Amino acid sequence: MRSAPTPGFRVTRAGPLALLQDAGRFGVRHLGVTQGGPADLHAWAWANHLAGNTWGTPALEITFGGLVLVAERELVIALTGADLGTRLNQKAAPRWQTLSLSAGDTLTFGTPTNGLRAYLAVAGGFSAEPVLGSVACVAREQLGGFDGQGNSVRENDVLPVEDSAPRPAEQTAPESEQPDYQAAVTLDLLPGAQIAAFTGKSLFDAFNAEWTVDQRADRMGVRLTGPKLQCSITSMVSEGISLGAVQVPPDGQPIALLNDRQTIGGYPRLGNLTPLAAGRLAQCLPGQRVRLRAAGTGGALRQHREFLGRFR
Amino acid sequence: MSHSPLPALERAGLDAWMVRLFDTIEENNLLWLTALTRDCEIAFGDALVDMVPSYTTLMVVFDPTRMPPCEARERLTGVLARLTPVDSGAEGELHELPTWYDTSVGPDLGRVAELSGITVQAVIDAHSYQQYRVFALGFAPGFAFMGLLDEELVCPRLDTPRARVPAGSVAIAGQQTAAYPVVTPGGWNLIGRTSARLFDRNRDGFSLLKMGDRVQFVAVDKATFEDQGGDATPVAREKSQ
Repeated sequence: MRSAPTPGFRVTRAGPLALLQDAGRFGVRHLGVTQGGPADLHAWAWANHLAGNTWGTPALEITFGGLVLVAERELVIALTGADLGTRLNQKAAPRWQTLSLSAGDTLTFGTPTNGLRAYLAVAGGFSAEPVLGSVACVAREQLGGFDGQGNSVRENDVLPVEDSAPRPAEQTAPESEQPDYQAAVTLDLLPGAQIAAFTGKSLFDAFNAEWTVDQRADRMGVRLTGPKLQCSITSMVSEGISLGAVQVPPDGQPIALLNDRQTIGGYPRLGNLTPLAAGRLAQCLPGQRVRLRAAGTGGALRQHREFLGRFR
Repeated sequence: MSHSPLPALERAGLDAWMVRLFDTIEENNLLWLTALTRDCEIAFGDALVDMVPSYTTLMVVFDPTRMPPCEARERLTGVLARLTPVDSGAEGELHELPTWYDTSVGPDLGRVAELSGITVQAVIDAHSYQQYRVFALGFAPGFAFMGLLDEELVCPRLDTPRARVPAGSVAIAGQQTAAYPVVTPGGWNLIGRTSARLFDRNRDGFSLLKMGDRVQFVAVDKATFEDQGGDATPVAREKSQ
């Protein structure tokens, strides 16, 4: 039995983007409703795990920083993902571990120093009314979030939290699970059906060149700039787009499509980033360099299962 | 475009297969895609996560921890081997969308008339004359791509999309027509506005229109449009227009 949610945090400064995310909105994509959910599945899953929550519990995705939260009561939390120069009261807030807060404690998110998106989970989980089966906040669709209308948290909002049963044991994520988001990164890509329509030179470039993360990057997709890729297919009849699809419009510059992508589209695709690779890309700042690596399904599936096995 | 034999099963990531049935847009595709969607629902059961039908394809998203991709592929092969189209008598539900065609809410009526070489009234008559089929949903929640338009009305998208297209806007582009369920940016030619609520999170099914449904736009005057709850606020002029 659950008791009613109680105030968990008060927002004293909103920052540019702080979105409530559960695992995503499923079963409604045929209506044109997108997936939503955490852009970085890995960090989101760890935040919930360290806060003692089950898979799918709503947590806060904080992009860029700027947010200031004051605890309304005692809370057990975990912070993972990007280092946004976050302070707990006056000290640097430890990431990737279980933390206990007292009423009045202040979390101040600064600016990105490593990665782009931080995750804040609270024991019991943030509480909001699901819309179409999920609280995943998708601004473009005006769905989900604390208000159900797809809005980022706002100044003076009080963020309700479900009561948690037993307090989770203090724990820390192993160091191997705490990525250095600034490090050179190679993203695993499962080749897709149109890959043979790209020229040989373009395929060589796709998997050997360095790609630069462009300014045009958000929860819908991340544009990569580099050598111009050429494909004999310039446009297709629109069809479903799955997470991590790397589409190549006629300008030859790939776009990796993330959680808030449109549900259908008509550009040829190199293939799909694995779910973990898509999440890793979502942590890259504009200007950062990435490489693509063709991956096999067997290895990718094993990796994904191992990842999920920890949390589900 | 594609020279591989159809139907084809194409990998779409770790957790999805693209079932490609056709390579051109035809109304009859819907009979096969509807049957395929229904059969996949049964074949995948609890392992099914989402299905995204479109003009010529169905993307099936499954939980790869419950059903490995190779098993999902086998199930799809089995479904395809037994697939028969739904009865053409079982046509989609018919929706009548009351639409106020006016330059204040359809500021591209003049442009469409000019490109087509006909009068504004002839554009309205042609658009509201025939029934359309819903070929796909996408772009935004409840946004239905409908067709096919009378050839006379075929005209390109705007060079510069509008930053803000009001909800209810009825629009055309290429061989297709649509009505915008919510405010979004958009590059289609706006020719009117419907009072119908196209996406309602409180309604069972959420989206008024579903793939395969039939749609008839019905021309109404401003008073009727407003009586039915339509918002007659004119489309704002944007600097770039």
